[in-house]
Amino acid sequence: PPMPEDSIRVISAEKRIDLTSPIVKVFLTLKLENDATAPEASQVLLAFTPTEVEHLAIVKATRAEGKRKKKIYVPLSVKASDLAAAPNGARLYSILLSTPLKPAEVTTLEVFYALTHSLEPFPAEITQSDPQLVYYRDSAVLLSPYHVLEQVTYIKMPSNRVESFTRVDPTSRAGNEVKYGAYNNQLPNSYVPILVHYENNRPFAVVEEFVRKVEISHWGNVQITEQYKLKHGGAQHKGVFSRLEYQSRPSISGVSSFKNLLARLPPRVHSVYYRDEIGNISSSHLRSDSHKSELEIEPRYPLFGGWHCTFTIGYGLPLQDFLFESDDGRRYINLTFGCPLLDTVVDDLTIKVVLPEGSTSPQAVVPFLMEQYLETSYSYLDVVGRTTVVLKKRNVVGEHNVPFQVYYEFNPIFMLAEPLMLISAVFLFFVACIAYLHMDLSIGKS
Amino acid sequence: MAAATALDSLPAPLRSLRLKTKQQELLLRVSALALIYVLAFVVRLFSVLRYESMIHEFDPYFNYRTTLFLSDHGFSEFWNWFDFESWYPLGRVVGGTLFPGLMVTAALLHRLLRALSLAVHIREVCVLTAPFFAANTTLVAYAFGREIWDSGAGLVAAALIAVCPGYISRSVAGSYDNEGVAIFALLLTFYLFVRAVNTGSLAWSLASAFGYFYMVSAWGGYVFIINLLPLYVLVLLVTGRYSQRLYVAYNSTYVLGMLLAMQIRFVGFQHVQSGEHMAAMGVFFLLQVFFFLDWVKYLLNDAKLFKSFLRITLTCVITVGTLALGIGTASGYISPWTGRFYSLLDPTYAKDHIPIIASVSEHQPTAWSSFMFDFHILLFLFPAGLYFCFKRLSDATIFIVMYGLTSMYFAGVMVRLILVAAPAVCLISAIAASATIKNLTTLIRTKSKSPQTVSGKSSGSKAAAKGAVDQSLPFQQNVAIALLLGAFYLLSRYAVHCTWVTSEAYSSPSIVLAARGHNGGRVIFDDYREAYYWLRQNTPSDAKIMSWWDYGYQITAMGNRTVIVDNNTWNNTHIATVGRAMSSYEDEAYEIMQSLDVNYVLVVFGGVTGYSSDDINKFLWMVRIGGGVFPVIKEPDYLVNGEYRVDKGAAPKMLNCLMYKLCYYRFGELTTEYGKPPGYDRVRGVEIGNKDIKLEYLEEAFTTSNWIVRIYKVKPPKNRS
Repeated sequence: PPMPEDSIRVISAEKRIDLTSPIVKVFLTLKLENDATAPEASQVLLAFTPTEVEHLAIVKATRAEGKRKKKIYVPLSVKASDLAAAPNGARLYSILLSTPLKPAEVTTLEVFYALTHSLEPFPAEITQSDPQLVYYRDSAVLLSPYHVLEQVTYIKMPSNRVESFTRVDPTSRAGNEVKYGAYNNQLPNSYVPILVHYENNRPFAVVEEFVRKVEISHWGNVQITEQYKLKHGGAQHKGVFSRLEYQSRPSISGVSSFKNLLARLPPRVHSVYYRDEIGNISSSHLRSDSHKSELEIEPRYPLFGGWHCTFTIGYGLPLQDFLFESDDGRRYINLTFGCPLLDTVVDDLTIKVVLPEGSTSPQAVVPFLMEQYLETSYSYLDVVGRTTVVLKKRNVVGEHNVPFQVYYEFNPIFMLAEPLMLISAVFLFFVACIAYLHMDLSIGKS
Repeated sequence: MAAATALDSLPAPLRSLRLKTKQQELLLRVSALALIYVLAFVVRLFSVLRYESMIHEFDPYFNYRTTLFLSDHGFSEFWNWFDFESWYPLGRVVGGTLFPGLMVTAALLHRLLRALSLAVHIREVCVLTAPFFAANTTLVAYAFGREIWDSGAGLVAAALIAVCPGYISRSVAGSYDNEGVAIFALLLTFYLFVRAVNTGSLAWSLASAFGYFYMVSAWGGYVFIINLLPLYVLVLLVTGRYSQRLYVAYNSTYVLGMLLAMQIRFVGFQHVQSGEHMAAMGVFFLLQVFFFLDWVKYLLNDAKLFKSFLRITLTCVITVGTLALGIGTASGYISPWTGRFYSLLDPTYAKDHIPIIASVSEHQPTAWSSFMFDFHILLFLFPAGLYFCFKRLSDATIFIVMYGLTSMYFAGVMVRLILVAAPAVCLISAIAASATIKNLTTLIRTKSKSPQTVSGKSSGSKAAAKGAVDQSLPFQQNVAIALLLGAFYLLSRYAVHCTWVTSEAYSSPSIVLAARGHNGGRVIFDDYREAYYWLRQNTPSDAKIMSWWDYGYQITAMGNRTVIVDNNTWNNTHIATVGRAMSSYEDEAYEIMQSLDVNYVLVVFGGVTGYSSDDINKFLWMVRIGGGVFPVIKEPDYLVNGEYRVDKGAAPKMLNCLMYKLCYYRFGELTTEYGKPPGYDRVRGVEIGNKDIKLEYLEEAFTTSNWIVRIYKVKPPKNRS
């Protein structure tokens, strides 16, 4: 059946693909026009191939409103559409417009999306002295359910060292950028596969599992413990690892390996530690100022392709920076979602917010769809256990680092429970001592 | 006293709080003891402050791993644990070849803390087990001191043992080893036994038997107890101090302790089958004969008749005893003394016969300097204490004298046994210190005050006697004050020395190395953990690692990989096979490694950093132990003029053996020190002799950042075409 959106045409589209990091970032500028005879359109559709959907970490869209200097970008919500109308298994995502597109109206949308695990190392195994080459697959023309009048695609790579790229005329290369197009008058759902083979030595840091535990103490501290299971997700390391080569020729030996990572932590962080199952890792540096803290961590050994490493980072934060009281009397903690390591992909992310003992009716307000459930955890001197809000999300990138809140109700009287327990224990001990000294426990009289 | 006068000026209701002298004394004693308890714990935390809360050295890693297993899988799993990860392909019956006392203690402590809803990790419990038991030892030392002398000596003994370096060396935080709890158990058993002998009470004997059981479950050093007690009984018998109390104490402790000890799988029936335990059994029977004779003597009431009866009985008993022993030994029922036992009695035995025992540095005979280092002033107080003991001889002082003298002998034979001597030395020295100070203060006080103010029953009369002497010696009081000051100076020097030794010498985990950098800053070498963690994360989980046995426990605990040999040196042949592989040419070694399914070889190399306890320096033991079993390995092949050398003048076999190749692979291209040629070994201080090392069957898999640990991968066999 003809949809109201069928009336939309893409007047011009520009697709900029950033391949400089292990995460593929695509910036899409779409100039759209609604047909003069059509009804108002409330949504715009985007199409992705099934592989892209599998690796799609985030899609964001904004709409430019106003003219020239007064131009502002209004964020729009994007959701997976349940329309199954696209051919070859392509999936549609719909951008919900804040104000419907009137007949004959022209508007500009800026779309951003990030793809993870979309660069395939080739060769898949390299030695210590080889650079890392990767394949990137995409389409020269924009995959879209709409008619596209004019379109260009730019692919930006980290360096000039490009092995090969598919030619779909007109195609040109300038330095580290390859330009496809302009192509005119593409029919809906056009797809022209291209393959780019180039050198990418940026750290392919993949956090396979990330668990962050946030423990709130109303005595003034938020304790955060983060467990990482890190992997070098690039081309597999093959054969010898020579420390001599690695130390004496750093520019040509192990170029795709990495030995340190940067984590951006909130300001005023204290008692930072960095350790793993077998003890402290002594190589880390903390720099902090009033806006942020930067923790530079060095795993025990440099990571080559396919090597793993697990570690834990923990730190404390002042409570007043994160805990607030809402208008309805509930409390809420305001935290940042995602992983503090820069430029890393998180395959499996879990955030556990451990509320103080005695908290009730927890509610998480999160900006994305994700799995949520409650559990109970026990820590020092807990009797009934602490309510824990668990949030789980797959495929997380740096763009997910936005604030989220957990609301709960808490009666401050519970703060006194644990000190009172300790006091009474000590008191009972002394009472027992006094009783023992004053009692005669012997059976016979001596 | 000053507090008491201050209290006098207080209003009436508060004045009622004033304590009686006896109560004051109790309060002082309890608070002193509490402070000593805290001190003993706190002084052992240097290692945590300097480094971190971690397990130290080699054996503690095995203990930690087994404790983890115990707390994860429960006791019966632990008891039946067959470990496939060590001694590949033989494996090890862990449940039956360890002393479970330490692990069970830590696991119980952990469970207790968990039950109190304290969310501590088992590692923290393990790290702090030794300091906790050391603190408990001070309490036992106090009670023991009180039992053999008086409560003053007890307090001094507690204070001395709290900081005694000889004990601290094995009980700092992180030193999670059997000795940590065993010294507590040892002293407790001795104390309870002496208490039992002094009172003749069945209850104390029973407690002593349980103490012995705990000791047996914790450490192989229980053999010392089971030989010292009969020796003590024998001495009492010979000196005519036999009593009913002794009879009750020894018999019940021995029988019950033996039965309990049999419950430990590793010990089993040794109490009735091994030569090392026969002395205790012999004395047990001897006591029965003695008791019987005593009874007959009482019944006969005739000296002449009894004499002939005595002769007949003795002849019979000695014949039967010798026969039983002879038959038992000949039939193999009673095993002969083990090599370890021999090497204790004869310091030169191990060097000639068991290289694997002689290769361990802590099994070397003790140097005088380490006695000084570990005992400091106690070394001088010890003979003085012996003098005091002999002056006031009793069953208890005889015991402590015997304990002191025998353990001092063993401490001289083996460095690590200084630990066993430490409590005895502290107790005897405490007697000397306490008695001297007490005498001196009595002297001073008798002059300034009337004799009756001196507290204590026995010392009052003594003080009066001293007061009479006082008139005849004019400078006595001044001399006493000077001596007292001297004693305090010595004791404070002791405290300073102990703290210094603890912080400088005994608090290093030896797995993390620290050195001073050029600008005086601290440089950390964390290469061991770097390598072990690399193994843990980046090798197949069933990989087999070959290394010299020293690193076996650490590789299994931290690297979580299977090893060929480890620090439980139960199979000399297996260790010799590894020694042989390390000292063979690469192709021969490859065959040995293939037969053992080895995937990785790990060597420790200090040539870059100047870390001297590396595998090249241990190489002579690999050759000796390997050559001891496989005559193919001949030590002279590696020597030049009786020396192990690595430079150009080294023996050709040395320059091409596997260990040399793995340590120095591509080292010849590295400049380690400014102004020295490349390939300059900073430990040996020479330029290496073979710089062109090619590996055919192995390849470098990983080398740590300071080259301390190098790991090589064994290549799969070539295709046969």
